[in-house]
Amino acid sequence: MSERVPVLRIGDVLLVSIQMDLEDQTVMDLQEDLAERIVATGARGVVIDITAVEIVDSFVGRMLATTASISRMLDAETVVVGMRPAVAITLVELGLSLGGVRTALDLEKGLAILRRRSGLPDADPA
Amino acid sequence: MTGTLVPEGGTTRQPIERNDDVVRVRHLVRALALQCRLSLVDQTKLVTAASELARNTLVYGGGGSVSAGLVTRGGRTGVAASFEDSGPGIPDIDLALTDGWTSGGGLGLGLSGARRLVDEFHLETEVGRGTTVSVVKWAR
Ligand SMILES: Nc1ncnc2c1ncn2[C@@H]1O[C@H](COP(=O)(O)OP(=O)(O)O)[C@@H](O)[C@H]1O
Ligand SMILES: [Mg+2]
Repeated sequence: MSERVPVLRIGDVLLVSIQMDLEDQTVMDLQEDLAERIVATGARGVVIDITAVEIVDSFVGRMLATTASISRMLDAETVVVGMRPAVAITLVELGLSLGGVRTALDLEKGLAILRRRSGLPDADPA
Repeated sequence: MTGTLVPEGGTTRQPIERNDDVVRVRHLVRALALQCRLSLVDQTKLVTAASELARNTLVYGGGGSVSAGLVTRGGRTGVAASFEDSGPGIPDIDLALTDGWTSGGGLGLGLSGARRLVDEFHLETEVGRGTTVSVVKWAR
């Protein structure tokens, strides 16, 4: 049995923070879990936080791209946040530019993008 | 690409028979990359290449193994890893190394991408006998 990545719901956003070294089966499970949860919760946005992810190979890269497409079809926007510079450099050299995937440098910027998209009010300034 | 690779400090061999073995290959190669003092970007490139090649060994080669260790040549140190299977082999190497070409359901970037991510890349294959892909990444 492979582990599962937890999907948290915060308001109308689903948050996934990848904290483990992903097996291919776990990657596929996550893609399916997210599609189901988008429909079940009516979420308008998905944030995938890869701050802790040391490598993104073509399998994980494809999952990110596919998840972005699936969520768009289900009326939700996906933002991938926290990509490490070394991961970005490697992905481009691998030949994967993730053109259809919205990215942001950190969680806060990612959530700001989703807020703008869904026309939600900005969070109160602290 | 001249001169022989001299093994340095032994070679570790690990099976690639299950999904979680691919994760273990990444750990092995990362540990070697750290030992070799590869830069962070070079570590990331090498581990990503290893992940692609290990998956190919599993998915297309029907399983196999990796042998990895530190090597030296002409005063330089690097990490070498060799992925071996006795699967169906690759009938058309040029095609397999073409960006975007896949015989399965992948993105077709594993072999060609891995080649770009390492310093040395050798592919030996024979239809009906198997495939061995050997790579080296040198510390700068
Ligand atoms: N170890 C192997 N044994 C047999 N065929 C292989 C092996 N590795 C790669 N291939 C072939 O090369 C093709 C390209 O591989 P790759 O670039 O990793 O793309 P993908 O894994 O997305 O198919 C594969 O689809 C497969 O046909
Ligand atoms: Mg592959």
